[in-house]
Amino acid sequence: MSFSANHPTNRAQAKVLNRFDITQRLVARLKHDEAVIGGIGYTNFDLWGAGQRTQNFYMLGSMGLAVPIALGVALAQPQRRVFALEGDGSILMQLGSLATVAARAQKNLAIVIMDNGTYQITGGQQTLTEQGADIVAIARGAGLVQSAWAADEGGFEELIDLALREDGPWLIGCRIDREKPKQTTERDPPRIRDQFMRGLGAKK
Amino acid sequence: MDEEAPNRAWHEIVRDVLKRHKVSLVTYVPDNVLRPLIEGVHADPFFTAFAVAREEEGLGILSGAWMGGTRGILLMQTSGFATLPNVIASLAVPFQIPVLMMVSERGTLGEFNIGQSLVARTMRPVLDALAVEHHTMTRLDEVEFIVDRSITQAVATQAPCCFILSPLLTGGKVFAA
Repeated sequence: MSFSANHPTNRAQAKVLNRFDITQRLVARLKHDEAVIGGIGYTNFDLWGAGQRTQNFYMLGSMGLAVPIALGVALAQPQRRVFALEGDGSILMQLGSLATVAARAQKNLAIVIMDNGTYQITGGQQTLTEQGADIVAIARGAGLVQSAWAADEGGFEELIDLALREDGPWLIGCRIDREKPKQTTERDPPRIRDQFMRGLGAKK
Repeated sequence: MDEEAPNRAWHEIVRDVLKRHKVSLVTYVPDNVLRPLIEGVHADPFFTAFAVAREEEGLGILSGAWMGGTRGILLMQTSGFATLPNVIASLAVPFQIPVLMMVSERGTLGEFNIGQSLVARTMRPVLDALAVEHHTMTRLDEVEFIVDRSITQAVATQAPCCFILSPLLTGGKVFAA
């Protein structure tokens, strides 16, 4: 596929990026009230730290469900682009959801995997991606043909722009470092949900 | 209660009530007892229905859809419900998302699989521990009332609700000796 011509063929070849930096780069490119679902943990915290938007949903606790939640939003609002931000440990819990997204061929959905090879928030234990599992290869195998590793910061932005412009579903693999997040998400589920629904226009 | 044609099967009643309440998204992990309902929603273009790999995933999809303005229900069997406590406790209940669940009850009234009979005993204690509204439907004449009223309540109170389909209603899965 031409879209992946400038991207590494495997995880080992991808540059290690900074989570907060690429989260900021993503948020800066969102000009049309795109929805973003932040997965559990540091992925979520840096989404919060990158600037709160009412179209952001900050998931707390239900590890592995950022992609399904994003798919649900995308189904309900097919005119809106939806991004799921998920960690490697999280997506490893719910690999079947990649096949579900592929089977739905959900055009308005993009999945960003932040892969640092560790369960960082629990003390840095290795995940399976550090032991040979390649999420982009798994995603392709699940039927998500538009899956690629971001080579570097420029490659990440290029893939995000593609996901904003062209039909999905997309999966963008990002190797990231182990820097601590900038802030912590405020743990107030009803408020998060209410703001998100208003941000999506599902509630007046 | 039943203003439509009499003698409808339980799954026809459920399908019609879901439709009346604009519950258009159906995710499921299949079950033999649920088969006619699954086929019924697939056959009706009002519904978007598809199987998911795991029950948690189906509940996550419904949660996102609700926040985007679409109502949905997750269909599963008892053993599938047993995979859900963390998601109900960390997503549906605290975020106040009225996901609807419908469980085909196995593990009782003639169960032949010991695993099913054991895991079935965890279902109501989990629902009670999380204070999730649940109703066990045993008779055809109560199906419409229970589903209709409970959907109204779930939406109004922003709380999940679980419908349990007893073998007394559906016939259950029969042990082929």
